Amino acid sequence: MNLQSKQTARSYAQIEKGTLMKNQVLRSVTYFFLGLWALIVLFPFYWMVLTSVKSYGAYNSEYIPRFFTLSPTLENYKEAFTAVPLGKYLLNTTLFTLCTTALMLVVVTLAAFAFARLQFMGKQIAFVGFLSLMMIPNELVIITNFVTITNLDMRNTFQGLILPSVMSVFYIYLLKENFEQIPDSLYRAAKVDGTSDFKYLIKVMIPISKPTLVTITILKVIECWNSYVWPRLITDDQACFLVSNGIQEIRENGFGRENVPAMMAAVVVISVPLIILFLAFRRKIMDGVSRGGTKG
Amino acid sequence: MSLALYQPEVSVCFGRQMGINMKRKKQLNNNMNGWLYLLPALLFLGVFMVYPLIDVFVYSFEEGYHSASQTYFGTGLYNYSYVLHDPYFLQALKNTFLLVMITVPLSTVIAIAISVGLNSIRALRDLFQTVYFLPYVTNTLAVGLVFMILFQKTPYSDGFINLMIRFFGGTSVDFIEGPYWAKMFVLCFYTIWVVMPFKILILTSALASVNRDYYKAARVDGTSRWRIFIKITLPMISPMISYLVITGFIGAFKAYSDVVALFGTNLNAAGMNTIVGYVYDMLYGDSGGYPSYASAAAILLFIIVLTITCINLLSSRKHVHY
Repeated sequence: MNLQSKQTARSYAQIEKGTLMKNQVLRSVTYFFLGLWALIVLFPFYWMVLTSVKSYGAYNSEYIPRFFTLSPTLENYKEAFTAVPLGKYLLNTTLFTLCTTALMLVVVTLAAFAFARLQFMGKQIAFVGFLSLMMIPNELVIITNFVTITNLDMRNTFQGLILPSVMSVFYIYLLKENFEQIPDSLYRAAKVDGTSDFKYLIKVMIPISKPTLVTITILKVIECWNSYVWPRLITDDQACFLVSNGIQEIRENGFGRENVPAMMAAVVVISVPLIILFLAFRRKIMDGVSRGGTKG
Repeated sequence: MSLALYQPEVSVCFGRQMGINMKRKKQLNNNMNGWLYLLPALLFLGVFMVYPLIDVFVYSFEEGYHSASQTYFGTGLYNYSYVLHDPYFLQALKNTFLLVMITVPLSTVIAIAISVGLNSIRALRDLFQTVYFLPYVTNTLAVGLVFMILFQKTPYSDGFINLMIRFFGGTSVDFIEGPYWAKMFVLCFYTIWVVMPFKILILTSALASVNRDYYKAARVDGTSRWRIFIKITLPMISPMISYLVITGFIGAFKAYSDVVALFGTNLNAAGMNTIVGYVYDMLYGDSGGYPSYASAAAILLFIIVLTITCINLLSSRKHVHY
């Protein structure tokens, strides 16, 4: 009897030990693969920073690329800003991003307010119409937009770049959902006090919905900063290039010669603003994207 | 007398009339007000989405449209037949389908594996999550250039990837201007790298919201890990997986900027064009100036995407547990 229970106890201990071992192995394997993917994600970033601080001569003399450099130089960054109008590209993109986002915010807020709070004829039909437009791919409408903007003589202008990029139906939907969560009683109270709809929107709804507004602002900024297709169609004058087109121009016509370190310096300069934005608003961005962003 | 009797009635009638009038006026005002708030959005949508949507169909049926004189010969299906017989379009179609068929299943499976792994650990989890999300906020064109440098083989240098291949005993190959399979490989690799953050994010939040009680019950029953994964985890997150597959298909069919980032703007010459790339090439650039062909190709793309999405939705109805 005693012996038997001892035996059981021992085998339990063995089983427990075995499970523990198994868990440990499994955990190590998990960490290994997670680490591997992290490495795959981070490596291009490391490589671009590394290459950007290698000097032109050093880079070209390395037939077998080195994984580190002992004599980092900022020469390439100087080259990137002087040999190509990188500063101009950055300025253009900033201006484009600011204008588009600001306009988008105004238009989207007004529309979301109308859908969420106001009562008017044809509201349901209009809303369904808006929703169905969400399914229309950009590729289908970009052709006519290209022709329209060309006919309006707005090629190589900021209006031509900005106007077709403003609308995002999805953000109207997102903001409307948010507006609807604000209790009706607030609205009625404001109405009794004789507050106008517009004042109510500015003084009550916008402050309450600030988190959502910040989220859509950030998502739009990312979208604008990375937009490539429309700017490429509508600008062929380098003075109007945005960063994506600028980088493509650098890739194709370069610095007069194949200057990879300077290219990488330009890539770093273009990538850094968004990475800083991401690290600053990490939670908000990830939250917003999981609520309905796609890689635009 | 009768008049006197009648009078109040008239005035009551009049009063009611006035009330209705005022109400109507207020209603009308409300209507005006509502549409006024919608006006900017309507203007933007009308000019840049609804009108183009109609116009693209018109373009696609206008034969021999000339953008300078804005004239055309007739209407018909010629544009479609031209596009469908264009070898460049067929090449683009082949490339796009290959890209879709490789990257969508692969990226979904890897994303599920990574998310499950991420969900099972505690230490470093936040760090991993942040790192994994980085590609989402980077400029596709810019990082594509880095990938090009990594995979490229030039007379001066074999590049990093070829260094690795040679280290493991293989022979080096130029992934950017070399054989077709190599170019396809680097394109698929980069596409997966770009789409992964979104999938991992969606799946990790889906996994985090699975009720813990199921797992506890399964553990009490002594269910093996693999069985738990197949019988509990997968069914619980299947709506999100189907969402990711559908959006993944749509996104991959519209691949363009990552291809440009790797192979440059002259995609036809590289033999790596995609359907969207074909549309833009027809519209603009050295081979451009044919909005009719571009429209026909864009509509064909839309039909393909719509069909695939419908198939996906139908099959997800069978396999997804809501």
